[in-house]
Amino acid sequence: MSLYDLFPPEFFKLSVPLSAYLILSAILFTIGVATFLFRRNVITVFMAIELMLNAVNLTFVTFSNHFGKVDGQIFSFFVMVVAAAEAAVGLAIILMVFRTRATLQVDDFDTLKN
Amino acid sequence: MQLWLIPLLPLAGAAINGFTGRRTSKTVQSAVAIGSVLLSFLWVIKTLMALMPMEERYVEHYFTWMASGAFNVGVDFAVDRLTAVMLCVVTGIGTLIHIYAAGYMHDEEGYYRFFAYLNLFMFFMLVLVLGGNFLLLFVGWEGVGLCSYLLIGFYFVKKSASDAGKKAFIVNRIGDFGFSLAMFLIVVTFGSLDFPTVFAQAQALPVEQSAGIVTAICLLLLVGATGKSAQIPLYVWLPDAMEGPTPVSALIHAATMVTAGVYMCSRSAALFMKAPIAMDTVAIIGLATAVMAATIGLVQNDIKKVYAYSTVSQLGYMFLAVGLGAFSAGIYHVVTHAFFKALLFLGAGSVIHACHHEQDMRHMGGLRKKIPHTFNVLLIAALAIAGFPFMSGWYSKEEILGAAHHHHMWMYWLAWITAGMTAFYVFRSIFLTFFGEYKGHAHPHESPWSMLGPLYVLAILSLVGGYFFNIPHILEPVFRGIVPEGHLEHSLADMILGTAPGIIGIFLAYIVYVAKPGMADSIKESFSGVYTLLYNKYFVDEIYDAAIVHPIERTSRNFFWKIVDVGIIDNGFVHGFSGTALNFGGLLRHLQSGLIRNYAAWTVIGVVCILSALTVLGGGR
Amino acid sequence: MDLVLFLTFALIAVACALNMALQTHPVSSALSLIGVMVSLAVLYVLLGAEFIAAAQLVVYSGAIMVLFIFVIMLLNAGAEKMTRKAGTAHFLGFPLLVILLAISAWVITNATSAAKPVKFGAFTGGGPREVGWELFTRYLLPFEVTSILILIAIAGAYRLANKEMD
Repeated sequence: MSLYDLFPPEFFKLSVPLSAYLILSAILFTIGVATFLFRRNVITVFMAIELMLNAVNLTFVTFSNHFGKVDGQIFSFFVMVVAAAEAAVGLAIILMVFRTRATLQVDDFDTLKN
Repeated sequence: MQLWLIPLLPLAGAAINGFTGRRTSKTVQSAVAIGSVLLSFLWVIKTLMALMPMEERYVEHYFTWMASGAFNVGVDFAVDRLTAVMLCVVTGIGTLIHIYAAGYMHDEEGYYRFFAYLNLFMFFMLVLVLGGNFLLLFVGWEGVGLCSYLLIGFYFVKKSASDAGKKAFIVNRIGDFGFSLAMFLIVVTFGSLDFPTVFAQAQALPVEQSAGIVTAICLLLLVGATGKSAQIPLYVWLPDAMEGPTPVSALIHAATMVTAGVYMCSRSAALFMKAPIAMDTVAIIGLATAVMAATIGLVQNDIKKVYAYSTVSQLGYMFLAVGLGAFSAGIYHVVTHAFFKALLFLGAGSVIHACHHEQDMRHMGGLRKKIPHTFNVLLIAALAIAGFPFMSGWYSKEEILGAAHHHHMWMYWLAWITAGMTAFYVFRSIFLTFFGEYKGHAHPHESPWSMLGPLYVLAILSLVGGYFFNIPHILEPVFRGIVPEGHLEHSLADMILGTAPGIIGIFLAYIVYVAKPGMADSIKESFSGVYTLLYNKYFVDEIYDAAIVHPIERTSRNFFWKIVDVGIIDNGFVHGFSGTALNFGGLLRHLQSGLIRNYAAWTVIGVVCILSALTVLGGGR
Repeated sequence: MDLVLFLTFALIAVACALNMALQTHPVSSALSLIGVMVSLAVLYVLLGAEFIAAAQLVVYSGAIMVLFIFVIMLLNAGAEKMTRKAGTAHFLGFPLLVILLAISAWVITNATSAAKPVKFGAFTGGGPREVGWELFTRYLLPFEVTSILILIAIAGAYRLANKEMD
């Protein structure tokens, strides 16, 4: 059994189905949500948000390719820009909160309780 | 002819006194009140003189009150001879009593309030009398009931007075219920509430020999009349109504309001003549009331109570006349009764005023010398009510006795005995008050001329009113065609027989109370059982209390209040709703944990839900 | 070659994402996220979106993630501690996510069953020229608005973070 048998030449001629990209995007999104729900460090939670945004970007670009128009990529571009701005401000807020609370546990940010 | 001025002048007086009375002086208030009624009286005279000879009914239509399909009720005032008679009585005696009250109530608090209520009463009574259809009559009917309540409970700080006011209103209301039902039946049967329409249609109906719709209508009208005119079984409010000031007792509970029932029955003569069963019922109730009230009046000690029961008894006479078909005799008695009963009450007021608000006759006596004017007028009134020949009461009583004689002899003899009792108790009151030794503690003094003036006018009317105002003759065109013709012939023998009980009664009273003073007490002791029964008014009030009032009160308290109101409505609905909202809120509160991750979890739940919904709805695309 | 490349970098992306989810120290998570972004950039190139791929590398992994790491180090964030607070998230989270993924997968496969596959080189409209053209003609207004947004974000971040550290 050589590598040739495992990966016949036809294998390299195959193309990727559309659903593959979309399912990949869904998987990444789900992992992002999972991180958001299960991790306690607030910065990790933020990074999960970035992951979700990336998954969505992948979807946009996929559809841009599928329909042959560039609009999906434009949108993806804007998403990136906004994500950057949001990350900046969000981290600034975390800094401020850290100054008052000296903790980075999400569960401790519970002033909205009741 | 501007009929509307007649009721509106007193209404204006009431409004002026009601709104500005606090700031004006007593002179101004009484001037406004007396002036408005006097002007109304003068306007009545002018109208009637312009309308003479008034063979037909004169109507003024103002506006349509209700128009619903074929049913139409308008606001119209109508004047025929019957209304004319009532108008004269109401405004004339009303004026006299207003003048009297100005003097009598002079030292009382709430002077302006009293006159405002009194004028308001005049307005409603005039609407009642002038009304051209049943509904307008009913408006006045209810209104006078209201004013009666207000005036009986005038001294509202006294519990007995406010209780009496409430009793009057509630008992009246029961009667009003009967009246309302009668009106509904009239609408159903005749399609209208207008007097000419209803009576014309009624005339075309055959006489009902057995219970039919007209009998039902008349019986229900009778229920209303028993409430307003204090007949059995709804008379119990009238003696208690003596808690009100004496002018009120004179005007409302002697001369005008209580005669509204008689007026209403006379007005509906066309209906009653078609229902002999109802008429017999009226006559029997009237007679029974007359007898019963007279017996109670024999032993009362409060002078106003004696006259109150006398009023009930005389009203019974009027209903007897109506029930026997002698409608004009009944109205005749209304007029003469207005004269002498108002005089009796006002005179009693004068006595009470003289004895410094003492009302118990056992503490009076020998006042003949001290307040001679009052004695004069009260003597005339007593002679009139006893049926002394040629005085006003004699004429009307003769008419009624004649009608009874013509129909049923047993009624005649009962009425005859009652006449005797009437004379007896009236003269008992005269003798106890004015003869013998003075047993009181005050210094009796004569009343001012503002009070004595009207008394003398009424005395003159009681003397000669019967002769000058021959009411049956005056009212003949009204009842023509409704009541069978034929003026009852009075033979001389009948007349003497009819006068006899009066004379006998006076004589007996003289013997018991003046000639042999101890006789009254000995009679009382020998018949102590009967005496107790009579003195306690046959315990009717107590029976009503036990049989009706207490069960209703107990049901109201235990069932309606505790179970329905508190249990179902308060606890069940109000608290139930608020409790549910609170509990639900308490549950939802736990969602707000402040933990971001939980919020995120909820968001994801939402997303999943939306996605599934879209998937399912989209058919799995 | 498409499939091979796709599978390789997709697996790398998923692995890095899972690593990010499972690591305790935030710096490790950040580095894993950078790995995700790089593999995503390759996938963008496979899809013909060269400009976006470059932007992803430069902006996302080069600037944003660096910012993240700066902040982590500034705050001296250590490994996470265990707490037992958010019950709902813990209990419901896993099943929910499974459901979410299942539904999404099912919908996607049904919807795209007849779609044409993605070939490398089939789409040539993703170069800077094309993107720039659209960006400055049709989408000029959003472009300007986003630039103002960035300006506001800078101002805000500066103002927020400008307090003295104790």
